Amino acid sequence: MTSSDRDDNRIVITGVGLTSPIGDNLADLRANLLAGKSGVSRFETRYMPPVLAGVCHFDTLKYQKRKEVRRGTRAGSVAIYCANEAVIDSGLDWENIDRSRVGVYLGITEHGNVETENEIYEISQFGNDTSVWSHHHNPRTVANSPAGEVTLSLGITGPHLTVGAACAAGNAGFIQGVQMLRLGEVDQAIAGGVSESIHTFGIFASFKSQNALAEHEDPAKACRPFDTGRTGIVVAEGGGICTLERLPDALARGAKIYGEIVGYAMNSDATDFVLPDRGRQAECIRLALKRAGMTPDDIDLVSSHATATEQGDIEESTAIHEVFKDSRKVVVNNTKSFIGHAMGAAGAIELLGNLPAFDDGIAHATINLDSPDPRIPLTCIVANQPRHLGSVSCILNNSFGMLGINSTVIVRKYEG
Amino acid sequence: MAPEQIRQVVLDILAKIAPDEDLSDLDDTVAFREQMELDSMDFLDIVMELRKLYRIQIPEEDYTNLVTMQSTVDYLTPLLKDA
Repeated sequence: MTSSDRDDNRIVITGVGLTSPIGDNLADLRANLLAGKSGVSRFETRYMPPVLAGVCHFDTLKYQKRKEVRRGTRAGSVAIYCANEAVIDSGLDWENIDRSRVGVYLGITEHGNVETENEIYEISQFGNDTSVWSHHHNPRTVANSPAGEVTLSLGITGPHLTVGAACAAGNAGFIQGVQMLRLGEVDQAIAGGVSESIHTFGIFASFKSQNALAEHEDPAKACRPFDTGRTGIVVAEGGGICTLERLPDALARGAKIYGEIVGYAMNSDATDFVLPDRGRQAECIRLALKRAGMTPDDIDLVSSHATATEQGDIEESTAIHEVFKDSRKVVVNNTKSFIGHAMGAAGAIELLGNLPAFDDGIAHATINLDSPDPRIPLTCIVANQPRHLGSVSCILNNSFGMLGINSTVIVRKYEG
Repeated sequence: MAPEQIRQVVLDILAKIAPDEDLSDLDDTVAFREQMELDSMDFLDIVMELRKLYRIQIPEEDYTNLVTMQSTVDYLTPLLKDA
């Protein structure tokens, strides 16, 4: 194998597009993460008193006509916004590249619940007459819908698919993109994760029935990973998408390189529908390190998945501690404490929001960590205030989900 | 419902399903699809909206009557005479 062949297996992030409850681009998200600003607010949903949620405020009409917004889905609008932003940010000569060689790989926690719930509500206004059930329902609810909407928006004729991976989906989208580039299936991957989940009452009602829905009189204090005062999950919407390319291609066109995806892993607990498993999570982290050719000492920052559920926080922190207990430099932070749990977008937004640490050397905080749960074995959590680390070379991003799906992605600063 | 009222109903439906279009100079004698971006799914939206608003079922073989504003109003006038 030549060095050129080896470099073709090196996949780098060259463009970032995102929307989150605290920013519709990376600069704004980063500024608000460093400022400790929460994006959680009261949100109206059907059949329930107002809930707490992370709501995005991006301009849907920036890249879509009103008719396209009406015909498509919220997840599609999120994906179109983020994908267009990423492509523009990448500096790719979009009009002249071969768009049959572009692939779209988007992680989703679920898709179709929002649209189905809307139709059920609509026909209920007509005595449950199914003849008023929309002909748009099927194209809106096919599982590839958000990724397909991106291809329509950007004229991409290469492959597209969504990756259903519960709340590990953001990482799973990145991983799929990396794999397809390494296989030579595509030359550019538009990869990440999206979520529209706050627009279905069902996700709130289900977490409520599970005694896992956060509530707090002050929305900004509602999401409290690792804290004894935690009351559960704050559901958020959002999207995090990047352009991925092979390193030689990125270098040849002088692209800005945010970082290199040097390791990843996914595995399954095979133990429970909803309860996480520290053993398999630790295995997932170790496998990602092994594939990256790294040891725990190489990681500067762990972006944790913790959702502010009791068992979830304890299991993940125990897994991280088991792997990193001898590390002298690693710190752990958590983005959900700011914006809530963006489901399919969570892993993507959380990783992308940490990438500027390569330049500013700062780990953003985990906010609302006023009374650390003594059962959390970690002593390296960045609590309440951002921490200057000096330099950051490697970030490890965890994302885990229901049915025991685990994912870890490792990104290294590109230094030539 | 008088033909002029029916025309306004159809115009309101078009404004809803094709919100990017300027309908102020719509020619009632020219096919909708020659004057605006309207595909088959949009066309079904017109049928659906009429169904929701007035509980009228328009059979598929009658869709050809909904080509222009004039033909649509002519077709709907007897159906909506009591609306």
